[in-house]
Amino acid sequence: MLITRKIEFSASHVCRSPQLSDEENRRLFGSAANPHGHGHNYVVEVSLQGRPDPVTGMVLDLKELKEILTREIVEPYDHRFLNYEVPPFDRQVPTTENIARDIWRRLEPRFAGGNNKLHSVRVYETPDLYVDYFGEPCSV
Amino acid sequence: MFRVTRRYEFSASHRLHSTQLGDEENRRLYGKCNNPFGHGHNYVLEVSVRGPADAVSGRAVDTTSLDALVRGHVVRAFDHRNLNTELPAFAGVVVPTSENLGFEICRRLKQNWKEVFPGEWPKLDRVRIGETPRNIFEISADEIE
Repeated sequence: MLITRKIEFSASHVCRSPQLSDEENRRLFGSAANPHGHGHNYVVEVSLQGRPDPVTGMVLDLKELKEILTREIVEPYDHRFLNYEVPPFDRQVPTTENIARDIWRRLEPRFAGGNNKLHSVRVYETPDLYVDYFGEPCSV
Repeated sequence: MFRVTRRYEFSASHRLHSTQLGDEENRRLYGKCNNPFGHGHNYVLEVSVRGPADAVSGRAVDTTSLDALVRGHVVRAFDHRNLNTELPAFAGVVVPTSENLGFEICRRLKQNWKEVFPGEWPKLDRVRIGETPRNIFEISADEIE
């Protein structure tokens, strides 16, 4: 069974790689390469896979899940400039893919060993673009 | 491995009517969707692509190229069109249900995929069509040639 909790944060970022020229960055990332940055209202859906506890009937208390997501994701990410304030984006381009993978890395240890595990992280950069990450190896 | 999904919209009209069934049977089967004058929907199309993220760009797909492919071969061909009379795929026995629309969209994307994405990755993963916000149809790219 999967359970999903949704959280939101707002952050700014710049998509440009120091390994590429200005021209290549503009071609690859378009307006997202603007060095002054821009922002999004990100929406994140975190899904856990597990069996309901026979007594509580819950895979995980959603209040507890909300607290974990607030502490691990919203607090470090919300109202931040990702490139300057949220590692690893000082050295990794904060694309939606890399944000999904970083969220996975922050969350996975929190769900290890219980009767549930992290199944997927979905990050909406806008309502028209989202990325699903299922960890490695690929389970898509 | 990532799955990147882009959302597009198009508006089109259609009529559900099978040439292989009688008029009465068509009316019974398709109900209001069999209205001879047709009707329309604001379709919502999600195209999902699967692939690893590039080490330099941090992206699994160039969304500008994906947009050009989907807009060029699907949205422009379908938007503000009558699917029955203007699309060759639905000129014969194939009824423009959203199931068949999904197959047609998948086919168009796969046929033109290599022109835009010549490498091993990214691959087309799935196509999802919302005919209305309550009726959604999803096709895995593996389901067709």
